Amino acid sequence: MRLKLEARTEAARWVAFVTPLLAAVLTLVSGIILFAALGYDPGRALNSFFIKPVENVYGLTELAVKATPLLLCALGLAVGFRGGVWNIGAEGQLTVGAIAAGGLALAFNGEEPGWLLPAMVVAGAAGGALWAAVPAFLRVRFNTNEILTSLMLSYVALQFLGYLVHGPWRDPQGFNFPQTRDFGAGATIPLLMEGTRLHIGTLLAALAVPAAWLLLDKSYLGFQIRVAGLAPGAAAYAGYPAGRIVWVGFIAGGAMAGLAGMMEAAGPIGKLQPVISPGYGFAAIIVAFLGRLNAVGILFASLLVALLYLGGETAQIDLKLPPAVTGVFQGLLLFFLLGSDFLARYRLKFERRAAA
Amino acid sequence: MPPEASNPPLIELRGIVKAYPGCLANDHIDLTVAAGEIHALLGENGAGKSTLVKIVAGVIVPDAGEIRWQGDAVTIDGPAAARRLGIGMVFQHFTLFESLTVTENVALGAGAEGRDRKALAARIAALAGRYGLAVDPHRHVHHLAVGERQRVEILRCLLEAPRLIVLDEPTSVLTPQETETLFATLRMLAAEGRSILFISHKLDEVRALCQRATVLRAGKRVGECDPRTESAAGLARMMVGAEVAPARRGAPRAPGGEMLRLDRLDLAPADPYGIALRGIELSVRAGEIVGIAGVAGNGQSELLAAITGERAAPDHAVRIAGVPAGGRSPAYRRKLGLAVIPEERLGRGVVAELSLAENAVLTAAGQGLVAGGLVRSRAAADYAGKVIERFGVIARGSDAEADSLSGGNMQKFILGREMLQNPKLLVAAHPTWGVDVGASAEIHRALVALRDAGAAILIVSEDLDELLAISDRVGAICRGRLSPVVAAEEAGRERLGQWMSGLFAAGAEADAA
Repeated sequence: MRLKLEARTEAARWVAFVTPLLAAVLTLVSGIILFAALGYDPGRALNSFFIKPVENVYGLTELAVKATPLLLCALGLAVGFRGGVWNIGAEGQLTVGAIAAGGLALAFNGEEPGWLLPAMVVAGAAGGALWAAVPAFLRVRFNTNEILTSLMLSYVALQFLGYLVHGPWRDPQGFNFPQTRDFGAGATIPLLMEGTRLHIGTLLAALAVPAAWLLLDKSYLGFQIRVAGLAPGAAAYAGYPAGRIVWVGFIAGGAMAGLAGMMEAAGPIGKLQPVISPGYGFAAIIVAFLGRLNAVGILFASLLVALLYLGGETAQIDLKLPPAVTGVFQGLLLFFLLGSDFLARYRLKFERRAAA
Repeated sequence: MPPEASNPPLIELRGIVKAYPGCLANDHIDLTVAAGEIHALLGENGAGKSTLVKIVAGVIVPDAGEIRWQGDAVTIDGPAAARRLGIGMVFQHFTLFESLTVTENVALGAGAEGRDRKALAARIAALAGRYGLAVDPHRHVHHLAVGERQRVEILRCLLEAPRLIVLDEPTSVLTPQETETLFATLRMLAAEGRSILFISHKLDEVRALCQRATVLRAGKRVGECDPRTESAAGLARMMVGAEVAPARRGAPRAPGGEMLRLDRLDLAPADPYGIALRGIELSVRAGEIVGIAGVAGNGQSELLAAITGERAAPDHAVRIAGVPAGGRSPAYRRKLGLAVIPEERLGRGVVAELSLAENAVLTAAGQGLVAGGLVRSRAAADYAGKVIERFGVIARGSDAEADSLSGGNMQKFILGREMLQNPKLLVAAHPTWGVDVGASAEIHRALVALRDAGAAILIVSEDLDELLAISDRVGAICRGRLSPVVAAEEAGRERLGQWMSGLFAAGAEADAA
């Protein structure tokens, strides 16, 4: 006997509906087993994962706050991923975006002109794009593997941020904490709702969804990107310059990640510190694929992953669940989702080794 | 009649079934090969020949059916099992390492006896001498011409002293003269009592070489015959299941303006083992079809890339409709009136995962399918619909995915998409490769009609019959050089065959080695 994967010839419509349900059921069942085996009340655990974080308006606004950077990063990454451009370095591009915008905020600290915030938006996007331009250039010019270069540059960016907040940009009145001064009011993104952390950046991210849809699914450029990703030979035959698609993919991903970094620094955090993002740039890769590289799909996927972030925190606080357990549970959910999605497109077949 | 009709046949296949998702590749096929027999397996592309051969070679396992070897039921559950029985296979696509010598390549598959290289080289040389397969065991494979590489494959197979030798479309890479040499070798092997299973869709070859033929059509065995007593038309009828009307070229028209001009075109190879183009001179005028023959890998891909713009050349070396364009992009050349039918269909001519409407946008974006930076999906669907209707493409509709089409229909779609753009110059690579006989004839008729409408057409193909049937003028390419291009009537198979092996202008041979 051997196991074989076979592409489903006609993607059955019902499978597309059943697989997410199947993933949900499998996650619940395995979650119950996991929590029970560790001696936690499964009902309470699941409740604090999925219900409690979004029980009230504040919870919902927190969900949106967490989903915003994920959504921005994943939309940008989808442009590259569709074209076969594997930018794994959104985390670093996010960080450089935060540094660029934060530098501007600190330079004008105390006397913020009206154009400062828009300028920070531009600086954030430009910083992220600049950081993404490095692997793009290396790939186009030297055919360097962009997975490695973009990933490694992420760590360079994180170290650079660490150097800045420990050294030259450290707040002189900050009791030696590694962080900058708080951004002034004119360098902080206005809130949408008083008493919450919901800011207008979330609106901007929401507007990016139709824009990304237009680019990815309707525009000629999006079409060229898709062809380059599916069949590089066809792109060469049609005359789409391969280098341009790499550039577009990286600049889009970098600019969006940089924008997300700017919004984190100038939004919920309000300053620069060693950790701007709890891995949004990496989680966005999962979000992009969970949403099948589709703008609307990515919107839902970013909400789900944001819920997992919140649920994990709630469960750690409420039930004293160790972070490792919440991590395992989050992993299970993603595993079942991606796995069932895969099985919707392929079927497993047992094949006898030899026929009579 | 096989010589020993009373003995059990060497190999006997009964009721072989192999199904793939959405297609029954082999549907209860029977096949019997006697000892010392040269047996043809005849069928169109997609008839199930390759699947059946892979079952014999142990590469795939059938879903049902029985295999008997000299009367005993056997299971061939891997290539090694096939070799143990005495089945040798010469594949259609070569499996040699370019950077190794002939002996080293053979040693890789020879196991323990491959360790003594000197003895192995001597055995290779001895076998080569005996069967007239001229090969130098110490040469690197990348120096060898395609015909020589095939001889290496055959020698590698003969070292195992096989009882049954399977050759999958062996003549598709040979000149007519090389084919004759191969046939002499195969007859010698058969005379020694070895059996040969010869896979082909070329009727003349089968009639010249084989004593029996099993004909497959659409996965089913439709009959068995003695090809020497059948007419080519009769065999074609069995293969296709219908009468086939050949394309008629008709009288050539007075050629018009020069639509393609290659002037001293040189192009360095794209990779270390590639072919360099040297001093190519060619002119194609409106209203004529020019055919370029050649054995695969002699610079055809490089020539096409230089014309289509996938590789850049000096501006003056390539003129399209009179405009120097050697260094310009494919998009620019398309605006000058160039249309291209590429060598590979899937993954180049069309994107498998995209619908036909989306595939129309691939090259016909300039036909009003894109406006304001957005793809006009309605217009794209209309365009694809027009191609489907006008060129008789069998498809579910313009929203069908490209890879749901058969090879012939895919080719008709690509041809139609290019032709509806009213090109001034159409460049087609192997336009009927892997396409069944019926669709081939339709494609040829469409090309002739386009020529009659005043377009210039350049066809690059390995199929001499195709070129001689529809070209007004023909030439051949060998090791990156182009032979003279003369009227098709003047050239003839014999001369074209010589040109394919590089025998044209003096000096072309001298520095080729």
